[in-house]
Amino acid sequence: MTDMLVMPKPTSATAVATPAPHKVAKLEVKNLDFFYGSTKALKNINLRLASNTVTAFIGPSGCGKSTLLRVLNRMYDLYPGQRAEGEVLVDGANILDPRIDLNLLRARIGMVFQKPTPFPMTIYENIAFGIKLYENLPKSELDGRVEQALRGSALWAEVKDKLDASGLSLSGGQQQRLCIARTMAIQPEVILFDEPCSALDPISTAKVEELIDELKAKYTIAIVTHNMQQAARVSEFTAFMYLGELVEFGDTTRIFTAPEKRQTQDYITGRFG
Amino acid sequence: MSEHIVAAYDQELGSLGRNIAEMGGIAEQMLSDAMDALVSMDTDLARAVVARDSSLDALQRQVEEFAILTIARRQPMAVDLREIVAAIRVSGDLERVGDLAKNIAKRTLKLGVEARIPRAAVGLKHMGDLALLQLKNVLDAYASRDIERAKEVWMRDAELDALEDSVFRDLLTFMMEDPRNISFCTHLLFCSKNIERTGDHATNIAETVYYLVTGDNLPMERPKGPNSIMTTGK
Repeated sequence: MTDMLVMPKPTSATAVATPAPHKVAKLEVKNLDFFYGSTKALKNINLRLASNTVTAFIGPSGCGKSTLLRVLNRMYDLYPGQRAEGEVLVDGANILDPRIDLNLLRARIGMVFQKPTPFPMTIYENIAFGIKLYENLPKSELDGRVEQALRGSALWAEVKDKLDASGLSLSGGQQQRLCIARTMAIQPEVILFDEPCSALDPISTAKVEELIDELKAKYTIAIVTHNMQQAARVSEFTAFMYLGELVEFGDTTRIFTAPEKRQTQDYITGRFG
Repeated sequence: MSEHIVAAYDQELGSLGRNIAEMGGIAEQMLSDAMDALVSMDTDLARAVVARDSSLDALQRQVEEFAILTIARRQPMAVDLREIVAAIRVSGDLERVGDLAKNIAKRTLKLGVEARIPRAAVGLKHMGDLALLQLKNVLDAYASRDIERAKEVWMRDAELDALEDSVFRDLLTFMMEDPRNISFCTHLLFCSKNIERTGDHATNIAETVYYLVTGDNLPMERPKGPNSIMTTGK
């Protein structure tokens, strides 16, 4: 991965509270501040995402959890006036470095959005499009990669006979799994899910959750969700954010049965804070 | 604790708490009456204890059904989840206390015709007093979410175990003195075991209170009385 960076930095030895000291940190956020113009949306965030685990981000609307996710693959770079300060280390290298190749970065750190966003092209092309951006594969190998991605996202059985149909012809749940397949097809290392199930029915939600559970064997996953039960179901670690700050970060089982901070408790139990 | 945004949620949890309080009151009264009936061989009172058990059973079913409904409806988290789990557990313990009191009362009805040595019941009276005190304290600890008080109950159970040992030895002596005492004393032995069991339920509730407040469990092993000969199965 060092080839994507002009100047890879060694992993810092600075201690950051982590709920999984035994796990290798895939991604580490250090002293991160984020600004929308003059508005500070993230305040001194420090956390680690352990390799091959699912970390959930919860908190009320506007708390900064989606903003944090957008920093992790520099999505904010598309918008003038938005800037991040601090460090986001992926395998020890700071991805906030302006010299970083953003296309390569986003290939390594994929993102799945709240609303399914299939491209207006065939199911096959939806997957192949991304692969072709990064690799030049012969047709047979490309076919294999498309199938692999669709199998990986548990969509293959439903679409294998209609790969030439438009991605837009699929149901909402299928579209979301198509987007997940598209993300997986380019073989990322980290997948960011931004409320992936908020527009899906319970059956499609269960399928996506089952998928996330399978995906963590290969990828490091971060998921933003407003559904408390979903966070409790799919993640090993949970971060509670409020007003741009990381209030509590710990084992999911602990956060949802006996959180330490009053603010966390009030939020997850639906109390007036 | 601040209120829920959904007011009905608070009402549901409040209703669970009230049911538990009512069960606690009934269980305490049943145990107290069962002991009075035993010591004074009052068969009318013993019958009343037996009759009362069904109301405790009905309340326990009500708590369970309501707790399940609340879980399904609200998907409780954190302290709310612990609250509901605690209500299910405590109601189960209280229902068992009622069963044990009922069993003491039933034995009293049998003993009524052959009551032999009143002094044999003295040790049982002491046990009953302590068990009642334990039950009262742990219910107060539950109502006030007081973990220190819960821990005191938890620690004090060893005293009840020691008393049981002493009652066991007394009853054995009476039986050896005169074989005609055997049937009577055997009933009393079961009564002492029943009282000791109510103490175990009080410690269970103490553990539940601790879990409810802290989210953690008390250690598995609690202190036992010295030289206990009755520790099997506890």
